[in-house]
Amino acid sequence: MTVLADHKSTNGSAGPAQTGAIPVTTRKDWTSDQEVRWCPGCGDYSILAAVQMLLPELGVRREDTVFISGIGCAARFPYYMSTYGMHSIHGRAAAIATGLAVTRPDLDVWVVSGDGDALSIGGNHLIHALRRNVDLTILLFNNQIYGLTKGQYSPTSEQGKVTKSTPFGSLESPFNPVSLALGAEATFVARTHDMDRKHMMETFRRAHEHKGASLVEVYQNCNVFNDGAFERVTGRDVRADKLIPLRHGEPIRFGAEGEHCVVLEPDGRLRVAEVAEVGEDAILVHDESREDPGLAFQLSRLARGPFEPTPIGVFRCVERSEYGEAMAAQVEAAEERKGHGDLGELLRSGGTWEVPG
Amino acid sequence: MPASTSGTATTADATNGAATTGDDLGEHREHSTVELDRVVIRFAGDSGDGMQLTGSQFTTVSSLFGNDTATLPDFPAEIRAPAGTLAGVSAFQVHISDHDILTPGDAPNVLVAMNPAALKANVAAVPSGGTVIVNVDSFDERSLEKAGYAANPLADGSLSSLRVYEVPMTSLTLEVCKEAGVKPRDAERSKNFFALGLVTWLYSRPVDPTIEWIAKRFADKPQVLDANSRAYKAGYHFGETAELFESNYQVRPAALAPGTYTDVTGNTALAWGLIAAARLAGLPLFLGSYPITPASDILHELSKQKHFGVRTLQAEDEIAGIGAALGAAFGGSLGVTTTSGPGLDLKSETIGLAVNLELPLLVVDIQRGGPSTGLPTKTEQSDLLHAMYGRHGEAPVPVVAPGRPSQCFEVAIEAARIALAYRTPVIILSDGYLANGSEPWRLPDVEALPDIHVDFATEPNHEGPEGDPEFWPYLRDPETLARPWAVPGTPGLEHRIGGLEKADGSGSVAYDPANHERMVHLRAEKIARVAASIPPVEVDDPAGLGGAPLLVLGWGSTYGAIAAGVRRVRARGLQVAHLHLVHLNPFPPNLGEVLRAYRLLLVPEANLGQLARLVRAEYLVDARPLSKVQGVPFKAAEIENAVLAMLGEEGEEVESR
Ligand code: SF4
Repeated sequence: MTVLADHKSTNGSAGPAQTGAIPVTTRKDWTSDQEVRWCPGCGDYSILAAVQMLLPELGVRREDTVFISGIGCAARFPYYMSTYGMHSIHGRAAAIATGLAVTRPDLDVWVVSGDGDALSIGGNHLIHALRRNVDLTILLFNNQIYGLTKGQYSPTSEQGKVTKSTPFGSLESPFNPVSLALGAEATFVARTHDMDRKHMMETFRRAHEHKGASLVEVYQNCNVFNDGAFERVTGRDVRADKLIPLRHGEPIRFGAEGEHCVVLEPDGRLRVAEVAEVGEDAILVHDESREDPGLAFQLSRLARGPFEPTPIGVFRCVERSEYGEAMAAQVEAAEERKGHGDLGELLRSGGTWEVPG
Repeated sequence: MPASTSGTATTADATNGAATTGDDLGEHREHSTVELDRVVIRFAGDSGDGMQLTGSQFTTVSSLFGNDTATLPDFPAEIRAPAGTLAGVSAFQVHISDHDILTPGDAPNVLVAMNPAALKANVAAVPSGGTVIVNVDSFDERSLEKAGYAANPLADGSLSSLRVYEVPMTSLTLEVCKEAGVKPRDAERSKNFFALGLVTWLYSRPVDPTIEWIAKRFADKPQVLDANSRAYKAGYHFGETAELFESNYQVRPAALAPGTYTDVTGNTALAWGLIAAARLAGLPLFLGSYPITPASDILHELSKQKHFGVRTLQAEDEIAGIGAALGAAFGGSLGVTTTSGPGLDLKSETIGLAVNLELPLLVVDIQRGGPSTGLPTKTEQSDLLHAMYGRHGEAPVPVVAPGRPSQCFEVAIEAARIALAYRTPVIILSDGYLANGSEPWRLPDVEALPDIHVDFATEPNHEGPEGDPEFWPYLRDPETLARPWAVPGTPGLEHRIGGLEKADGSGSVAYDPANHERMVHLRAEKIARVAASIPPVEVDDPAGLGGAPLLVLGWGSTYGAIAAGVRRVRARGLQVAHLHLVHLNPFPPNLGEVLRAYRLLLVPEANLGQLARLVRAEYLVDARPLSKVQGVPFKAAEIENAVLAMLGEEGEEVESR
């Protein structure tokens, strides 16, 4: 018997669509029974907690949530979530998640990656997922080191870094993940850090809300192989003077009293200044929705590394056609134009002739 | 197989049979028409001359007329190699026949050469007594020099064993186009249509289908339409009115099985097979692919068929192509990736992941000459062992291969059946020859195609320690050993899968040595059990199983050459058997029994003996490889000779030719 099943191709959904009220959940509901195996004190723990605490607030279903990762310490993340998940292969999470997201627009697809996974072996997939604007929420745990392979320098390690594979110091210039994402046409780019759960939750919430690809760089401490890499900006005692919170529509200022600020110089460069010296009116007002990514890019270059005053928060958030939706629209338009495909017609489409019996 | 062009001469009007109704073609001279049972024509020119278009249109018209046809396109890897050079020669060979044929022909009876380079590159293939039609306008000093001719071959007697017709194709084309006001530079590009028109007359093909096709194809370029159609008619007229040809030829329709036919290339048939498979499975089709020769046409074809709910992603690289396909499979689509050899290398790691995840996935490899970039536009069958073993770890994958262009359709469905039923990646091995070659295909009844639908898991399948329902993603079906396919969106079945070893059943990460060994065996056993779902092979042996002394064992695109070679051997009164495999991993259940029934076993392959190695290892049989790695398919004569030689060596009675 033949089943020419007539799947509803326009929504691409192979999965069952759920209806009805979204159940109220707690962090516990989003936590799997797997024992978490990161090193004690690793920054990954607080990121996991932030995500598990945020999800009950997002009004989403567990079964509609998918975490996809590659390889690395961060990539163990899906095992600790009681959602659908895939711990895939090194660097490929963004590519695999792309296939899932464009065929299942009903799902919430998260990608969890690290600096080696996303920026070295998987760099190509990351930039193309951002460029295409696939509806993915990408969390990039940046600890500036290879943890799982026990301490080699990574593409975000500072030049001169002494590691097992660079005993005389690394020769390479690091990537700045925010700059890279902006250069890759990303529509949502943000930065947060593992010492501030509230900021993480807020930033992840914004990333999740965004339609299209969102990239969040998370400064994450690897206390075993690169302890204190971000201490000079995220440490509790220095944070006020070293982290520059970006808030849409507000003047960019920081410091315990808001005494420092960012100004746009007449020559077009950004500079950290003292409010008392430049005056309130001179302070740059943050606009994450600017079409031109130039200012966001400059903000991402304000600090030469996580030791100078460093912006955190949402650098850029703009709307652009989402890839999966655009793909679905083409399918829908084709079906409207030509009707739902008929197999017999397809086989005859190249011209036929009859051989009589 | 009957001899070729020595047909019976009958007197008939040129309009007979392949009657033309083009009204401005109504004036006919009397020519005799010679009946042929088959003819092989090779169109050759510069890669910018449109030879592929000319050849395929001639094929289409011949198929529509009712002939059996088989084609062999042959083009350079460079898009536009320097004009007029040997490197830039593009050719298209077509075999048309009044009976069923299996190959594009060993040697052309007619060569159409548009320039000296095309002549030089192809004339050696034309047997003595064969026909050569040249565009004499292009035989100027410069072109001869570019082709590397010291003297003009048309004048130095080097072609004396051939029937050479010198036709001023360029100037005649320019002349008819001038009347229409087409610029000479544009008009010059229509000369392939002149050649097509001439050959149309020479073989009494109907004219109207091509006139209509030109009108449709060039509808948005009226000038080009006009020029091409004038050139085409001029070529036809020239044949009719010039005193050059004393007769033309007729190849009557073949007595094919009744039904509706279309002309199809392997890549198109494969793309349609994928669409059909998705329908039969009730799943949306997703293709993740990176452009690569000679596989890209599948991406092109599927990208056109969006109204079948097909989603195609032109990925950033080969790895992303398969990654996205696997992601789609995780979500419940029929995930497919298409590539050629170099791309298969890059996809290996993800195929291994799919083996571990136990998700259905189709990997299509259109093989080409290797290693490395190798011969991108030439055919080879050298990826078999790669498909079998090209992954780290114990990572068995089913492998299937079509034998003829039209068979790509059903093999795509069969691959999907295996992938879905056993939750495994499956590799389809096609090749450049099948991909671009075409043949008439009797269309199947779409209502009678097999049901390959599988169910997603919807319910928990296990009880936890407290009797609470759980979902174990690696609990297996006792018969197929397939694990449940629970797609995201299904409440209560949330689970994590990954590339790390799983605990048998629960699917949790497990490093336990005994568990790993059990899982390695389970994955191997699951693929081995696919054999139970494959019908036993039937050998083509008129004397019954084991009746002939020698069995020719083949797979993939050697089908036509082997079948034709075997026919020739039988025509000599000798016995020989033929078995052609579609399933290469696992092998069909009765294969060992069949192979052992023959004393002699010959395995022709376009590689150095990869299938021969596999069957030796598997069945301890004395398989003798017959290799050809020249980027072109076997000729029937090569198979015939190898069979005769082997029979002779082994003391069988073989009359000499
Ligand atoms: S190695 Fe570093 S990043 Fe990895 S788990 Fe340990 S502390 Fe965390």
